Amino acid sequence: MAERVLRVADLTVEIPTRHAVLRPVDQVGFDIAAGEVLGVVGESGAGKSMTGNAVIGLLDPPARITGGQITLHGERIDNLPADQMRRIRGNEIGMVFQDPLTSLNPLLTVREQLTETILQHLPVSKAEAEARALAGLEEVGIPAAARRLDAYPHQFSGGMRQRVVIALALCAEPSLIIADEPTTALDVSVQAQIIALLKRLCRERGTAVMLITHDMGVIAEAADRVAVMYAGRLAELGDVRDVLTNPAHPYTAGLMASTPLAAQGHHRLNQIPGTMPRLDAIPDGCAFNPRCPRVADKCRKEPRPRVEEGDRASCWFPLQEAVA
Amino acid sequence: MSALVSVRNLTRIFDVSKPWLNRLIERLPRALLKAVHDVSFEIEEKTIYGLVGESGSGKSTIGKMIVGLLPPTDGSVEVGGVNLFTEADPARVAKTRSDIQMIFQDPYASLNPRWRVRAIIEEPVTVLGGDTGGLAERLLEQVGLSASDAGKYPHEFSGGQRQRICVARALASKPKLLVCDEPTSALDVSVQAQVLNLMSDLQEELGLTYLLISHDLTVVQHMATKVGVLYLGRLVEEAPREDLFTSPKHPYTRMLLEAAPRLDGFGRQVDPPRGEIPDPINPPSGCAFHPRCPLAVDRCKSEPPQMRDIGQTRVACHMA
Repeated sequence: MAERVLRVADLTVEIPTRHAVLRPVDQVGFDIAAGEVLGVVGESGAGKSMTGNAVIGLLDPPARITGGQITLHGERIDNLPADQMRRIRGNEIGMVFQDPLTSLNPLLTVREQLTETILQHLPVSKAEAEARALAGLEEVGIPAAARRLDAYPHQFSGGMRQRVVIALALCAEPSLIIADEPTTALDVSVQAQIIALLKRLCRERGTAVMLITHDMGVIAEAADRVAVMYAGRLAELGDVRDVLTNPAHPYTAGLMASTPLAAQGHHRLNQIPGTMPRLDAIPDGCAFNPRCPRVADKCRKEPRPRVEEGDRASCWFPLQEAVA
Repeated sequence: MSALVSVRNLTRIFDVSKPWLNRLIERLPRALLKAVHDVSFEIEEKTIYGLVGESGSGKSTIGKMIVGLLPPTDGSVEVGGVNLFTEADPARVAKTRSDIQMIFQDPYASLNPRWRVRAIIEEPVTVLGGDTGGLAERLLEQVGLSASDAGKYPHEFSGGQRQRICVARALASKPKLLVCDEPTSALDVSVQAQVLNLMSDLQEELGLTYLLISHDLTVVQHMATKVGVLYLGRLVEEAPREDLFTSPKHPYTRMLLEAAPRLDGFGRQVDPPRGEIPDPINPPSGCAFHPRCPLAVDRCKSEPPQMRDIGQTRVACHMA
């Protein structure tokens, strides 16, 4: 087994409001090994981006981590002061966000943005930084990279911009990349290019990737393991092939059956009745119980079982027996 | 079966030039963007026609021209035999307009936040002076909401419920044709399933015809009877659903199908597609797809391919 890069244990994020304390992330735990892609999937409001932001220490106040631990290479990073966290961000953890245009500075050329970032994180000379910037652009597959270095972000197409963002995230050679919906704003053909790129970089450099997306197809193609989130909690965690083909949690099963891809040939798609609960109205027991076809009394009263080692689904009555 | 919609040689050009003074000073030529280029197809009554393409392929522009929101530069659209832009009889125009309704992508932007749901749903009927007694309540129940929701405002509903309200509004004037522009792109998968199921149920119940515009191949594959594929404003292939998804003829269609993520694509090593969509203001000569096409030969660079029939499929490619 490869080295464990990131470990998140019992992570809880809370947002105090006037009426109640909301819990967008509730005791979530997973780890990512070097060279592994962990897919985090869920519908809007499931807490997947919030989990990613907690890991890189970019929670917007008043949201804050109130429980659990985040360790990177065995060292805790969830309680670091802001200036130390800044060094880790970029050096150790790279980030790729959904919209490539808003993650780049429109007033600086790509050369300036890349060299600035490299000089910030690595002890190299300016000339060395520029050489690395060029190598970075070439690595992410930008044609005629030397000429494109002096272009501004608006002169790139959406897919090329996302490549620049990936080059930026990689330029300090981080051991973990958090990619939050990196292909959602892109067309299918460009999406395929970006996913192939992420997979190649992960394989060649041994970078760990946390891939946050709502698209099950992207997860199937890119991830090694998958974490399914629902209402701020981990519903299921396991090998991507197991989880997608033999889901253990009824929510995962419902989600899979409601995608048109899986329903091929059927006239109707499976529906999960209702919608995800609002954060101020998460039901007692298992959060999924009001929508669950297998619900029993136990699910309404007892706090849900949590995903532990070996246990794949956070469910009292899983569809599949846990694989040891 | 007869065609409800017939689109003939439809072309739409947008003038995207800079203001004349800039052009004069910077010596720039006029910039014309051909968003839709000589597109022809027909939609049979009571079927679902899927229009797919990536951004900039002109799919929304075609939708807008069919409902009459945009006049075509050239060519014509007839819905039920009436061309909205040339028809002289105002009564026929009014009748045709109420036969066509539209469902938009973003249910947050397409409902007036200051109107109650009742007013929103009844609007297509009130503008034509029709009878609205109990209409909103009946339609709300038909789309799976409750009659008491008519007095509420849009912000009280979730995204999926709002899209149901949009469907109810579209049904109010008893239309024959619904143009749905990315109806589920803003929704989560489980909610998307609810809306797609509702759309299929209503289609069967009311004998509706849909033009389903989407970038999502899976949605189109699930819903459509016939599918048209657009690339840079041109229709490159049109075929019945089964034929298109099992034996695509145009290399662009093949590329799209290959690139779409698959649920069973675990660790799939795909050769990602080459290149990107070219600049629509200066499209490539000949076949617009030739710079990215694996089959391209010299002829593709000079001669634009014409639509040809191969079995049930129509395809615009020299090599197909």
